[in-house]
Amino acid sequence: MMNKTVQNLRVLSNIQLNRDHHLLELQAPVKLEQINPGQFVNVRVEKSQSTFLRRPFSIYGVNYEKNTISLFIKDVGPGSHVLTSTPEGEEVDVVFPLGNGFSLPENNERILLVGGGFGIAPLLFFAQELKNLNSKVDIHALVGARTADDLMELDSFAQYGQVYTTTEDGSHGLKGRVTDHLVLNDNLQIFDRVYTCGPEPMMKAVAAKAAAVGVFCEVSLENTMACGFGVCLCCVTDTTSGHQCVCTDGPVFNIKDLKW
Amino acid sequence: MVDLRVKIGDLDLKNPVMTASGTFGYGVEFEDFFDLNRLGGFVVKGTTLHERQGNPYPRSAETPSGMLNAVGLQNRGVKYFAEKIYPKLERFQTNVLVNVSGSTVEEYVECAGVIDELEHIPGIELNISCPNVKEGGMTFGTSCPSAEAVVRAVRKVYKKHLMVKLSPNVTAIDEIARAVEGVGADSVSLINTLLAMAIDAETRKPVLSTITGGLSGPAVKPVALRMVWQVARAVKIPVIGMGGIMNAADAIEFMLAGASAIQVGTAGFVDPLAPVKIVKGIEDYLKRHKIESAADLVGSLQL
Repeated sequence: MMNKTVQNLRVLSNIQLNRDHHLLELQAPVKLEQINPGQFVNVRVEKSQSTFLRRPFSIYGVNYEKNTISLFIKDVGPGSHVLTSTPEGEEVDVVFPLGNGFSLPENNERILLVGGGFGIAPLLFFAQELKNLNSKVDIHALVGARTADDLMELDSFAQYGQVYTTTEDGSHGLKGRVTDHLVLNDNLQIFDRVYTCGPEPMMKAVAAKAAAVGVFCEVSLENTMACGFGVCLCCVTDTTSGHQCVCTDGPVFNIKDLKW
Repeated sequence: MVDLRVKIGDLDLKNPVMTASGTFGYGVEFEDFFDLNRLGGFVVKGTTLHERQGNPYPRSAETPSGMLNAVGLQNRGVKYFAEKIYPKLERFQTNVLVNVSGSTVEEYVECAGVIDELEHIPGIELNISCPNVKEGGMTFGTSCPSAEAVVRAVRKVYKKHLMVKLSPNVTAIDEIARAVEGVGADSVSLINTLLAMAIDAETRKPVLSTITGGLSGPAVKPVALRMVWQVARAVKIPVIGMGGIMNAADAIEFMLAGASAIQVGTAGFVDPLAPVKIVKGIEDYLKRHKIESAADLVGSLQL
Protein backbone atom coordinates (compact mmCIF):
# COMPACT_ATOMS: atom_id res chain seq x y z
CA MET A 1 0.00 0.00 0.00
CA MET A 2 1.20 3.49 -0.82
CA ASN A 3 2.72 5.61 1.96
CA LYS A 4 1.04 8.88 2.92
CA THR A 5 2.29 11.89 1.01
CA VAL A 6 1.54 15.60 0.47
CA GLN A 7 1.55 16.59 -3.19
CA ASN A 8 0.27 19.20 -5.59
CA LEU A 9 -2.01 17.38 -8.02
CA ARG A 10 -2.91 18.98 -11.33
CA VAL A 11 -6.57 19.08 -12.35
CA LEU A 12 -6.71 17.14 -15.64
CA SER A 13 -10.45 17.47 -15.94
CA ASN A 14 -13.34 18.89 -13.98
CA ILE A 15 -16.66 17.64 -15.31
CA GLN A 16 -19.99 18.82 -13.95
CA LEU A 17 -22.22 15.74 -13.82
CA ASN A 18 -25.43 17.44 -12.75
CA ARG A 19 -26.43 20.57 -10.84
CA ASP A 20 -24.16 19.98 -7.86
CA HIS A 21 -21.94 16.96 -8.56
CA HIS A 22 -18.51 17.19 -10.16
CA LEU A 23 -15.98 14.60 -11.22
CA LEU A 24 -12.38 15.74 -10.85
CA GLU A 25 -9.46 13.83 -12.30
CA LEU A 26 -6.18 14.81 -10.65
CA GLN A 27 -2.73 13.94 -11.95
CA ALA A 28 -0.07 13.12 -9.38
CA PRO A 29 3.58 14.20 -9.76
CA VAL A 30 4.73 11.00 -8.03
CA LYS A 31 4.10 7.44 -9.16
CA LEU A 32 0.89 6.13 -7.64
CA GLU A 33 1.23 2.82 -5.89
CA GLN A 34 -1.54 0.58 -4.62
CA ILE A 35 -4.42 2.62 -3.20
CA ASN A 36 -7.26 0.66 -1.62
CA PRO A 37 -10.94 1.37 -2.30
CA GLY A 38 -12.38 3.08 0.76
CA GLN A 39 -9.26 5.17 1.32
CA PHE A 40 -9.60 8.93 1.07
CA VAL A 41 -7.72 12.15 0.39
CA ASN A 42 -7.60 15.38 2.40
CA VAL A 43 -7.59 18.46 0.21
CA ARG A 44 -6.45 21.96 1.11
CA VAL A 45 -8.94 24.70 0.28
CA GLU A 46 -7.20 28.04 0.54
CA LYS A 47 -9.42 30.17 -1.64
CA SER A 48 -12.34 30.44 0.75
CA GLN A 49 -12.10 32.88 3.64
CA SER A 50 -14.39 30.76 5.78
CA THR A 51 -12.34 27.57 5.54
CA PHE A 52 -9.19 26.77 7.44
CA LEU A 53 -8.96 22.99 7.57
CA ARG A 54 -8.60 20.52 4.73
CA ARG A 55 -11.59 18.63 3.36
CA PRO A 56 -11.72 14.83 3.18
CA PHE A 57 -13.08 13.13 0.05
CA SER A 58 -13.44 9.45 -0.81
CA ILE A 59 -11.34 8.26 -3.68
CA TYR A 60 -13.60 7.54 -6.64
CA GLY A 61 -11.03 5.87 -8.82
CA VAL A 62 -7.35 5.46 -9.56
CA ASN A 63 -5.88 5.16 -13.03
CA TYR A 64 -2.37 3.81 -12.56
CA GLU A 65 -1.52 4.17 -16.27
CA LYS A 66 -2.46 7.85 -16.36
CA ASN A 67 -1.26 8.27 -12.76
CA THR A 68 -4.51 9.96 -11.77
CA ILE A 69 -6.90 9.96 -8.84
CA SER A 70 -10.56 10.77 -9.40
CA LEU A 71 -12.81 12.45 -6.88
CA PHE A 72 -16.59 12.60 -7.00
CA ILE A 73 -17.55 15.82 -5.24
CA LYS A 74 -20.90 17.21 -4.22
CA ASP A 75 -20.92 20.98 -3.91
CA VAL A 76 -22.30 21.29 -0.39
CA GLY A 77 -20.37 24.14 1.20
CA PRO A 78 -17.53 26.61 0.79
CA GLY A 79 -14.84 23.91 0.97
CA SER A 80 -16.28 21.62 -1.68
CA HIS A 81 -17.25 24.65 -3.76
CA VAL A 82 -13.62 25.74 -4.01
CA LEU A 83 -12.80 22.34 -5.45
CA THR A 84 -15.70 22.08 -7.85
CA SER A 85 -14.68 25.54 -9.09
CA THR A 86 -11.05 24.62 -9.73
CA PRO A 87 -10.35 24.81 -13.45
CA GLU A 88 -8.32 22.35 -15.51
CA GLY A 89 -4.61 22.96 -15.27
CA GLU A 90 -4.63 24.34 -11.73
CA GLU A 91 -3.07 22.42 -8.89
CA VAL A 92 -4.60 21.33 -5.62
CA ASP A 93 -2.67 20.41 -2.48
CA VAL A 94 -3.65 16.88 -1.43
CA VAL A 95 -2.64 14.55 1.40
CA PHE A 96 -3.17 10.92 0.35
CA PRO A 97 -3.86 8.05 0.57
CA LEU A 98 -5.49 8.06 4.01
CA GLY A 99 -7.52 5.55 5.98
CA ASN A 100 -7.86 1.79 5.76
CA GLY A 101 -10.18 0.77 2.90
CA PHE A 102 -12.68 -2.06 2.48
CA SER A 103 -11.68 -5.63 3.19
CA LEU A 104 -11.64 -7.87 0.15
CA PRO A 105 -14.25 -10.61 -0.23
CA GLU A 106 -13.30 -14.23 -0.95
CA ASN A 107 -13.71 -15.71 -4.39
CA ASN A 108 -17.23 -16.88 -5.24
CA GLU A 109 -18.78 -14.71 -2.55
CA ARG A 110 -21.86 -12.65 -3.32
CA ILE A 111 -21.60 -9.07 -2.18
CA LEU A 112 -24.05 -6.19 -1.95
CA LEU A 113 -22.89 -2.59 -2.27
CA VAL A 114 -25.38 -0.12 -0.80
CA GLY A 115 -24.80 3.52 -1.70
CA GLY A 116 -26.74 6.65 -0.93
CA GLY A 117 -26.04 9.99 -2.61
CA PHE A 118 -22.37 10.61 -3.21
CA GLY A 119 -21.61 7.65 -0.97
CA ILE A 120 -21.45 5.68 -4.19
CA ALA A 121 -17.92 7.01 -4.80
CA PRO A 122 -15.83 4.49 -2.83
CA LEU A 123 -18.23 1.66 -3.67
CA LEU A 124 -17.78 2.13 -7.39
CA PHE A 125 -14.01 2.24 -6.94
CA PHE A 126 -14.32 -0.98 -4.96
CA ALA A 127 -16.31 -2.70 -7.71
CA GLN A 128 -13.76 -1.55 -10.28
CA GLU A 129 -10.89 -2.84 -8.16
CA LEU A 130 -12.54 -6.24 -7.73
CA LYS A 131 -12.82 -6.44 -11.52
CA ASN A 132 -9.18 -5.38 -11.93
CA LEU A 133 -8.13 -8.07 -9.50
CA ASN A 134 -10.07 -10.51 -11.66
CA SER A 135 -11.75 -11.80 -8.55
CA LYS A 136 -14.70 -14.13 -9.00
CA VAL A 137 -17.11 -12.13 -6.88
CA ASP A 138 -20.78 -11.80 -7.66
CA ILE A 139 -21.44 -8.07 -7.29
CA HIS A 140 -24.84 -6.51 -6.65
CA ALA A 141 -25.34 -2.79 -6.11
CA LEU A 142 -28.26 -0.98 -4.52
CA VAL A 143 -28.17 2.75 -5.17
CA GLY A 144 -30.56 5.33 -3.82
CA ALA A 145 -31.07 9.04 -4.31
CA ARG A 146 -33.74 11.70 -4.01
CA THR A 147 -34.54 11.86 -7.73
CA ALA A 148 -33.50 10.17 -10.97
CA ASP A 149 -31.28 13.17 -11.70
CA ASP A 150 -29.33 12.45 -8.52
CA LEU A 151 -28.70 8.83 -9.50
CA MET A 152 -25.34 8.73 -11.19
CA GLU A 153 -22.95 6.21 -12.61
CA LEU A 154 -25.58 3.49 -12.90
CA ASP A 155 -23.99 2.36 -16.18
CA SER A 156 -20.67 2.06 -14.43
CA PHE A 157 -22.14 -0.09 -11.68
CA ALA A 158 -23.91 -2.17 -14.34
CA GLN A 159 -20.51 -3.13 -15.82
CA TYR A 160 -19.74 -4.99 -12.62
CA GLY A 161 -23.03 -6.62 -11.70
CA GLN A 162 -26.72 -6.35 -11.03
CA VAL A 163 -27.98 -2.86 -10.10
CA TYR A 164 -31.07 -1.97 -8.06
CA THR A 165 -32.27 1.60 -7.56
CA THR A 166 -34.58 3.60 -5.36
CA THR A 167 -35.61 7.24 -5.58
CA GLU A 168 -37.58 9.16 -3.00
CA ASP A 169 -39.85 10.67 -5.67
CA GLY A 170 -40.24 7.43 -7.60
CA SER A 171 -38.67 8.84 -10.76
CA HIS A 172 -36.36 5.82 -11.10
CA GLY A 173 -36.54 2.34 -9.64
CA LEU A 174 -38.49 1.63 -6.48
CA LYS A 175 -40.13 4.65 -4.87
CA GLY A 176 -38.76 5.20 -1.40
CA ARG A 177 -35.48 5.05 0.41
CA VAL A 178 -32.66 2.57 -0.10
CA THR A 179 -33.72 0.82 3.06
CA ASP A 180 -37.17 0.16 1.62
CA HIS A 181 -35.81 -2.02 -1.19
CA LEU A 182 -36.69 -5.70 -1.21
CA VAL A 183 -33.10 -6.76 -1.66
CA LEU A 184 -32.38 -5.46 1.83
CA ASN A 185 -35.58 -6.69 3.38
CA ASP A 186 -36.38 -10.08 1.88
CA ASN A 187 -33.14 -11.45 0.49
CA LEU A 188 -30.28 -10.10 2.52
CA GLN A 189 -29.23 -13.49 3.81
CA ILE A 190 -28.28 -14.61 0.28
CA PHE A 191 -25.30 -12.24 0.45
CA ASP A 192 -21.99 -13.04 2.09
CA ARG A 193 -21.02 -9.42 2.62
CA VAL A 194 -22.63 -5.99 2.59
CA TYR A 195 -20.63 -2.78 2.13
CA THR A 196 -22.33 0.56 2.56
CA CYS A 197 -21.52 4.26 2.26
CA GLY A 198 -23.92 7.17 2.47
CA PRO A 199 -25.85 9.19 5.03
CA GLU A 200 -25.35 7.81 8.54
CA PRO A 201 -29.05 7.04 9.21
CA MET A 202 -29.06 4.98 6.00
CA MET A 203 -25.92 3.11 6.99
CA LYS A 204 -27.29 2.46 10.48
CA ALA A 205 -30.47 1.02 8.98
CA VAL A 206 -28.49 -1.16 6.56
CA ALA A 207 -26.20 -2.27 9.39
CA ALA A 208 -29.18 -3.22 11.56
CA LYS A 209 -30.64 -5.32 8.75
CA ALA A 210 -27.29 -7.04 8.12
CA ALA A 211 -26.80 -7.68 11.82
CA ALA A 212 -30.31 -9.13 12.09
CA VAL A 213 -29.51 -11.85 9.53
CA GLY A 214 -25.87 -12.23 10.61
CA VAL A 215 -24.30 -10.99 7.38
CA PHE A 216 -20.82 -9.45 7.40
CA CYS A 217 -21.16 -5.69 6.97
CA GLU A 218 -18.69 -2.86 6.59
CA VAL A 219 -19.63 0.82 6.66
CA SER A 220 -17.62 3.81 5.51
CA LEU A 221 -18.02 6.62 8.03
CA GLU A 222 -17.82 10.31 7.45
CA ASN A 223 -16.74 12.63 10.23
CA THR A 224 -15.45 16.14 10.84
CA MET A 225 -11.69 15.88 10.58
CA ALA A 226 -8.83 18.24 11.25
CA CYS A 227 -5.66 16.34 10.28
CA GLY A 228 -6.85 13.15 8.55
CA PHE A 229 -3.89 11.06 9.72
CA GLY A 230 -4.49 10.33 13.37
CA VAL A 231 -2.75 13.08 15.30
CA CYS A 232 -5.54 15.46 16.32
CA LEU A 233 -7.94 12.78 17.61
CA CYS A 234 -10.96 14.91 16.69
CA CYS A 235 -12.82 12.52 14.39
CA VAL A 236 -13.46 9.70 16.82
CA THR A 237 -16.33 7.27 16.77
CA ASP A 238 -17.42 5.07 19.65
CA THR A 239 -16.40 1.44 19.20
CA THR A 240 -16.31 -1.66 21.35
CA SER A 241 -12.62 -0.83 21.98
CA GLY A 242 -13.31 2.78 22.95
CA HIS A 243 -12.92 5.92 20.90
CA GLN A 244 -11.25 5.23 17.57
CA CYS A 245 -10.24 7.67 14.84
CA VAL A 246 -12.35 7.57 11.71
CA CYS A 247 -9.33 8.80 9.74
CA THR A 248 -6.88 6.05 10.70
CA ASP A 249 -8.82 3.20 12.29
CA GLY A 250 -11.45 3.78 9.56
CA PRO A 251 -13.15 5.24 7.67
CA VAL A 252 -14.25 1.65 7.01
CA PHE A 253 -15.48 -0.19 10.10
CA ASN A 254 -17.00 -3.62 10.55
CA ILE A 255 -20.38 -3.07 12.20
CA LYS A 256 -19.56 -5.59 14.91
CA ASP A 257 -16.93 -3.11 16.17
CA LEU A 258 -19.26 -0.10 16.27
CA LYS A 259 -21.55 0.79 19.14
CA TRP A 260 -24.51 1.40 16.87
CA MET B 1 26.43 29.08 6.96
CA VAL B 2 24.13 30.18 9.70
CA ASP B 3 23.94 28.46 13.06
CA LEU B 4 20.41 27.28 13.76
CA ARG B 5 21.22 25.75 17.13
CA VAL B 6 19.53 27.04 20.28
CA LYS B 7 19.59 25.99 23.91
CA ILE B 8 16.64 25.58 26.25
CA GLY B 9 18.38 25.28 29.57
CA ASP B 10 20.25 21.97 29.39
CA LEU B 11 18.54 20.90 26.17
CA ASP B 12 20.49 21.38 22.95
CA LEU B 13 18.26 21.85 19.92
CA LYS B 14 19.66 21.63 16.39
CA ASN B 15 17.15 24.31 15.43
CA PRO B 16 14.42 26.26 17.25
CA VAL B 17 11.50 24.32 15.77
CA MET B 18 9.61 21.82 17.88
CA THR B 19 6.10 20.51 17.40
CA ALA B 20 3.32 20.94 19.91
CA SER B 21 1.73 18.26 22.01
CA GLY B 22 -1.76 17.23 20.97
CA THR B 23 -1.02 18.05 17.36
CA PHE B 24 1.74 15.57 16.66
CA GLY B 25 0.46 12.25 18.00
CA TYR B 26 3.43 10.13 19.04
CA GLY B 27 5.46 11.63 16.19
CA VAL B 28 5.61 8.43 14.18
CA GLU B 29 2.38 9.40 12.42
CA PHE B 30 4.40 12.08 10.59
CA GLU B 31 7.19 9.77 9.48
CA ASP B 32 5.76 9.25 5.99
CA PHE B 33 5.92 13.02 5.47
CA PHE B 34 9.40 13.95 6.68
CA ASP B 35 12.42 12.86 8.72
CA LEU B 36 11.61 13.80 12.30
CA ASN B 37 15.33 14.28 12.98
CA ARG B 38 15.10 17.53 11.02
CA LEU B 39 13.23 19.07 13.96
CA GLY B 40 14.78 20.64 17.04
CA GLY B 41 12.45 18.41 18.98
CA PHE B 42 8.90 17.22 19.31
CA VAL B 43 6.45 16.86 22.16
CA VAL B 44 4.28 13.76 22.11
CA LYS B 45 0.63 13.77 23.05
CA GLY B 46 -0.74 14.51 26.51
CA THR B 47 -0.05 11.46 28.65
CA THR B 48 -1.79 10.63 31.90
CA LEU B 49 -1.23 8.00 34.55
CA HIS B 50 -4.28 6.03 33.44
CA GLU B 51 -5.84 5.55 30.00
CA ARG B 52 -8.41 8.23 29.09
CA GLN B 53 -11.13 7.94 26.46
CA GLY B 54 -11.38 11.72 26.09
CA ASN B 55 -14.57 13.62 25.40
CA PRO B 56 -17.54 12.50 23.31
CA TYR B 57 -17.84 13.50 19.63
CA PRO B 58 -18.09 16.21 18.19
CA ARG B 59 -14.67 17.33 19.29
CA SER B 60 -13.76 19.98 16.74
CA ALA B 61 -15.16 23.07 15.10
CA GLU B 62 -13.65 25.08 12.29
CA THR B 63 -13.34 28.84 12.35
CA PRO B 64 -12.22 31.08 9.47
CA SER B 65 -8.73 31.33 10.96
CA GLY B 66 -8.37 28.44 13.29
CA MET B 67 -10.20 25.64 15.02
CA LEU B 68 -11.65 24.62 18.34
CA ASN B 69 -10.98 21.25 19.87
CA ALA B 70 -12.34 19.36 22.82
CA VAL B 71 -10.37 16.13 22.63
CA GLY B 72 -9.96 15.88 26.39
CA LEU B 73 -6.57 14.17 26.59
CA GLN B 74 -7.49 10.87 24.98
CA ASN B 75 -4.46 8.63 25.46
CA ARG B 76 -3.52 5.09 26.42
CA GLY B 77 -1.79 6.00 29.66
CA VAL B 78 1.86 6.25 30.66
CA LYS B 79 2.40 2.48 31.03
CA TYR B 80 1.30 1.92 27.44
CA PHE B 81 3.54 4.78 26.35
CA ALA B 82 6.57 3.34 28.14
CA GLU B 83 6.03 -0.20 26.86
CA LYS B 84 4.66 0.25 23.35
CA ILE B 85 5.56 3.72 22.12
CA TYR B 86 8.86 4.55 23.76
CA PRO B 87 10.75 1.76 21.92
CA LYS B 88 9.70 3.40 18.63
CA LEU B 89 11.04 6.77 19.77
CA GLU B 90 14.46 5.71 21.07
CA ARG B 91 16.00 5.79 17.61
CA PHE B 92 15.35 9.49 16.97
CA GLN B 93 18.31 11.84 17.08
CA THR B 94 16.34 14.78 18.38
CA ASN B 95 14.69 15.88 21.61
CA VAL B 96 11.54 13.88 22.31
CA LEU B 97 9.55 15.33 25.18
CA VAL B 98 6.41 13.88 26.73
CA ASN B 99 3.51 16.11 27.68
CA VAL B 100 2.25 15.03 31.10
CA SER B 101 -1.15 15.73 32.57
CA GLY B 102 -3.16 14.60 35.56
CA SER B 103 -6.30 15.01 37.60
CA THR B 104 -4.45 15.25 40.92
CA VAL B 105 -0.97 16.29 41.99
CA GLU B 106 -0.27 12.64 42.82
CA GLU B 107 -1.14 11.56 39.27
CA TYR B 108 1.24 14.14 37.79
CA VAL B 109 3.98 12.96 40.13
CA GLU B 110 3.49 9.26 39.43
CA CYS B 111 3.28 9.79 35.66
CA ALA B 112 6.43 11.95 35.64
CA GLY B 113 8.20 9.32 37.73
CA VAL B 114 7.57 6.66 35.09
CA ILE B 115 8.89 8.91 32.32
CA ASP B 116 11.96 9.81 34.39
CA GLU B 117 13.10 6.22 33.91
CA LEU B 118 13.07 6.49 30.11
CA GLU B 119 16.63 7.20 29.07
CA HIS B 120 15.97 8.81 25.71
CA ILE B 121 13.31 11.23 26.94
CA PRO B 122 15.33 14.29 28.03
CA GLY B 123 12.39 16.22 29.39
CA ILE B 124 8.69 16.51 30.05
CA GLU B 125 6.26 19.27 29.33
CA LEU B 126 3.97 19.59 32.32
CA ASN B 127 0.49 20.41 31.09
CA ILE B 128 -1.23 22.52 33.72
CA SER B 129 -3.32 24.27 31.12
CA CYS B 130 -5.62 21.89 29.20
CA PRO B 131 -9.03 23.60 28.95
CA ASN B 132 -10.83 20.43 27.88
CA VAL B 133 -10.88 18.24 30.96
CA LYS B 134 -13.20 18.79 33.88
CA GLU B 135 -10.83 17.83 36.65
CA GLY B 136 -7.22 18.93 36.87
CA GLY B 137 -5.86 20.32 33.62
CA MET B 138 -6.33 24.04 33.40
CA THR B 139 -7.41 24.39 37.02
CA PHE B 140 -3.80 23.80 38.10
CA GLY B 141 -2.49 26.49 35.80
CA THR B 142 -4.84 29.33 36.61
CA SER B 143 -3.67 30.21 40.10
CA CYS B 144 -0.16 30.67 41.43
CA PRO B 145 -0.58 28.42 44.51
CA SER B 146 -1.96 25.44 42.55
CA ALA B 147 0.61 25.84 39.76
CA GLU B 148 3.39 26.01 42.33
CA ALA B 149 2.05 22.97 44.17
CA VAL B 150 2.06 20.67 41.15
CA VAL B 151 5.40 21.88 39.77
CA ARG B 152 7.08 21.64 43.18
CA ALA B 153 5.78 18.09 43.67
CA VAL B 154 6.88 16.93 40.22
CA ARG B 155 10.25 18.64 40.58
CA LYS B 156 10.98 16.40 43.58
CA VAL B 157 10.72 13.21 41.50
CA TYR B 158 11.62 14.38 38.01
CA LYS B 159 15.29 15.07 37.53
CA LYS B 160 15.52 15.98 33.84
CA HIS B 161 14.24 19.01 31.94
CA LEU B 162 10.93 20.25 33.31
CA MET B 163 9.05 22.48 30.89
CA VAL B 164 5.74 23.86 32.14
CA LYS B 165 3.00 24.63 29.63
CA LEU B 166 1.03 27.70 30.64
CA SER B 167 -2.60 28.60 30.13
CA PRO B 168 -3.60 31.83 28.42
CA ASN B 169 -6.92 31.70 30.26
CA VAL B 170 -5.64 33.82 33.13
CA THR B 171 -5.45 37.48 34.00
CA ALA B 172 -1.68 37.65 34.50
CA ILE B 173 0.27 34.89 32.79
CA ASP B 174 3.60 36.46 33.81
CA GLU B 175 2.75 35.90 37.47
CA ILE B 176 2.05 32.20 36.88
CA ALA B 177 5.33 31.95 34.94
CA ARG B 178 7.27 33.52 37.82
CA ALA B 179 5.54 31.19 40.26
CA VAL B 180 6.57 28.01 38.43
CA GLU B 181 10.07 29.37 37.87
CA GLY B 182 10.34 29.84 41.60
CA VAL B 183 9.66 26.18 42.33
CA GLY B 184 12.01 24.63 39.82
CA ALA B 185 10.63 24.80 36.27
CA ASP B 186 13.49 24.71 33.74
CA SER B 187 11.44 26.42 31.03
CA VAL B 188 7.91 27.53 30.23
CA SER B 189 5.96 26.92 27.03
CA LEU B 190 3.00 29.03 26.02
CA ILE B 191 0.30 29.34 25.05
CA ASN B 192 -2.10 26.45 25.35
CA THR B 193 -5.46 26.94 23.62
CA LEU B 194 -7.83 29.76 24.47
CA LEU B 195 -11.15 28.81 25.99
CA ALA B 196 -13.70 29.36 23.25
CA MET B 197 -17.11 28.38 21.92
CA ALA B 198 -18.86 27.63 18.64
CA ILE B 199 -22.62 27.60 18.07
CA ASP B 200 -24.63 26.15 15.18
CA ALA B 201 -27.34 28.75 14.53
CA GLU B 202 -29.43 26.28 12.50
CA THR B 203 -29.73 23.75 15.31
CA ARG B 204 -29.35 26.38 18.07
CA LYS B 205 -26.89 24.03 19.76
CA PRO B 206 -23.22 24.22 20.68
CA VAL B 207 -21.00 22.54 18.07
CA LEU B 208 -18.76 20.81 20.62
CA SER B 209 -20.00 18.03 22.87
CA THR B 210 -18.39 19.84 25.80
CA ILE B 211 -19.98 23.22 24.86
CA THR B 212 -16.64 25.01 25.21
CA GLY B 213 -13.27 24.02 23.82
CA GLY B 214 -9.80 25.30 23.03
CA LEU B 215 -9.15 27.72 20.18
CA SER B 216 -5.92 27.36 18.19
CA GLY B 217 -4.53 28.49 14.86
CA PRO B 218 -3.76 31.94 13.40
CA ALA B 219 -6.67 33.48 15.32
CA VAL B 220 -4.75 33.18 18.61
CA LYS B 221 -1.35 34.33 17.38
CA PRO B 222 -1.50 37.98 18.45
CA VAL B 223 -2.60 36.94 21.93
CA ALA B 224 0.16 34.33 22.14
CA LEU B 225 2.78 36.77 20.92
CA ARG B 226 1.80 39.31 23.57
CA MET B 227 1.95 36.68 26.29
CA VAL B 228 5.33 35.36 25.19
CA TRP B 229 6.68 38.90 25.24
CA GLN B 230 5.26 39.51 28.73
CA VAL B 231 6.55 36.24 30.14
CA ALA B 232 10.01 36.56 28.57
CA ARG B 233 10.43 39.85 30.41
CA ALA B 234 9.22 38.34 33.68
CA VAL B 235 11.36 35.19 33.97
CA LYS B 236 14.99 34.15 33.53
CA ILE B 237 14.27 30.61 32.35
CA PRO B 238 13.80 29.98 28.60
CA VAL B 239 10.41 30.58 27.02
CA ILE B 240 9.08 28.34 24.24
CA GLY B 241 6.51 30.16 22.15
CA MET B 242 3.52 28.76 20.35
CA GLY B 243 0.07 29.77 19.19
CA GLY B 244 -0.93 30.03 15.57
CA ILE B 245 2.54 29.67 14.07
CA MET B 246 1.89 28.83 10.41
CA ASN B 247 5.15 29.86 8.75
CA ALA B 248 8.71 31.00 9.39
CA ALA B 249 7.74 34.67 9.69
CA ASP B 250 5.38 33.78 12.53
CA ALA B 251 8.13 31.75 14.21
CA ILE B 252 10.60 34.62 13.96
CA GLU B 253 8.10 37.03 15.49
CA PHE B 254 7.88 34.76 18.53
CA MET B 255 11.67 34.60 18.80
CA LEU B 256 11.93 38.38 18.54
CA ALA B 257 9.39 38.58 21.36
CA GLY B 258 11.66 36.44 23.51
CA ALA B 259 11.03 32.78 22.69
CA SER B 260 14.19 30.63 22.67
CA ALA B 261 12.36 28.04 20.59
CA ILE B 262 8.90 27.62 19.14
CA GLN B 263 6.35 24.86 18.75
CA VAL B 264 4.27 24.32 15.63
CA GLY B 265 0.82 22.90 16.28
CA THR B 266 -2.36 23.34 14.28
CA ALA B 267 -0.37 24.28 11.16
CA GLY B 268 0.63 20.62 10.87
CA PHE B 269 -3.00 19.65 10.32
CA VAL B 270 -3.30 22.01 7.38
CA ASP B 271 0.16 21.27 6.01
CA PRO B 272 1.98 18.26 7.48
CA LEU B 273 5.21 19.68 6.06
CA ALA B 274 4.82 23.02 7.90
CA PRO B 275 7.34 22.20 10.66
CA VAL B 276 10.20 21.48 8.25
CA LYS B 277 9.24 24.37 5.97
CA ILE B 278 9.56 26.62 9.04
CA VAL B 279 13.06 25.30 9.78
CA LYS B 280 14.10 26.17 6.22
CA GLY B 281 12.34 29.54 6.40
CA ILE B 282 14.18 30.53 9.58
CA GLU B 283 17.49 29.60 7.93
CA ASP B 284 16.62 31.73 4.89
CA TYR B 285 15.64 34.66 7.12
CA LEU B 286 18.93 34.52 9.00
CA LYS B 287 20.89 34.47 5.73
CA ARG B 288 18.85 37.31 4.29
CA HIS B 289 19.40 39.46 7.38
CA LYS B 290 23.03 38.35 7.75
CA ILE B 291 22.42 37.07 11.25
CA GLU B 292 24.89 34.34 12.18
CA SER B 293 22.92 32.50 14.83
CA ALA B 294 19.26 31.77 15.53
CA ALA B 295 20.02 32.35 19.19
CA ASP B 296 20.82 35.99 18.37
CA LEU B 297 17.20 36.51 17.40
CA VAL B 298 15.86 35.66 20.82
CA GLY B 299 14.38 38.72 22.48
CA SER B 300 15.89 41.10 19.94
CA LEU B 301 12.67 43.00 19.41
CA GLN B 302 13.50 46.65 18.86
CA LEU B 303 11.29 48.87 20.98
